[in-house]
Amino acid sequence: MKLRYFAWVRERVGKAEEDVEVPGGIVTVGDLMTWLASRGEEYAYAFANPKVIRAAIDKTHVKPQAAIASASEIAFFPPMTGG
Amino acid sequence: MTATSTVRIQSEPFDAAAEARKLSGGRTDVGALVTFTGICRGNEGAEPIAALTLEHYPGMAEAEIERHVAEAISRWPLIGVTVIHRHGRIVPGDDIMMVATASSHREAAFAAAEFLMDYLKTRAPFWKQVEKPDGKVWVQAKAADDAAAGRWAAPGKHEAAE
Repeated sequence: MKLRYFAWVRERVGKAEEDVEVPGGIVTVGDLMTWLASRGEEYAYAFANPKVIRAAIDKTHVKPQAAIASASEIAFFPPMTGG
Repeated sequence: MTATSTVRIQSEPFDAAAEARKLSGGRTDVGALVTFTGICRGNEGAEPIAALTLEHYPGMAEAEIERHVAEAISRWPLIGVTVIHRHGRIVPGDDIMMVATASSHREAAFAAAEFLMDYLKTRAPFWKQVEKPDGKVWVQAKAADDAAAGRWAAPGKHEAAE
């Protein structure tokens, strides 16, 4: 599964994207954030407050409860500030 | 009536007046043309900024804006919609983005332009970082923007505007 990070999530993780093998038992976007936070200091920092992080599956906004089973690309980013 | 729509994400500057004029040029059914242009300010709060840099999610930015343009076209009797949003480094005084809506009458054009702006602010995957004297800072999302987008979800709200 491809993961992408934007804005300060990208800066904290230290990379814009990566391919990961998600272990079994990780069902939702929220589960994935919890798992990511356990992968090291930079991830723990990026995902310290998952409530403020937004997610998209295959370029569509999703909630933390969304299932990741059929996703090919999941992105994490802060609330948007365009316009 | 099929509305024409244009969505562009680009780093280059654009000419808002010329882009808006394309919606009414060569036809006589447009009675109202509303253009909103977002411009880079020279300050963020009380502090001066040298520039802002817009990061975006390529592919999703276009898709998300196109979804909202389609919704605007389904909610209001529009003749044409143009949304252009820049990414990359933008200096104070330069245009960041524009929304133009054309309709036969002003109510639909105003309402659709405001709807699109409110949604772009909270749903289009763009992030602003400003260059302040002491370093680069990510702009914080505003609760007021979420509230502004939320009002369009109220059932019946848009009928009142038509």
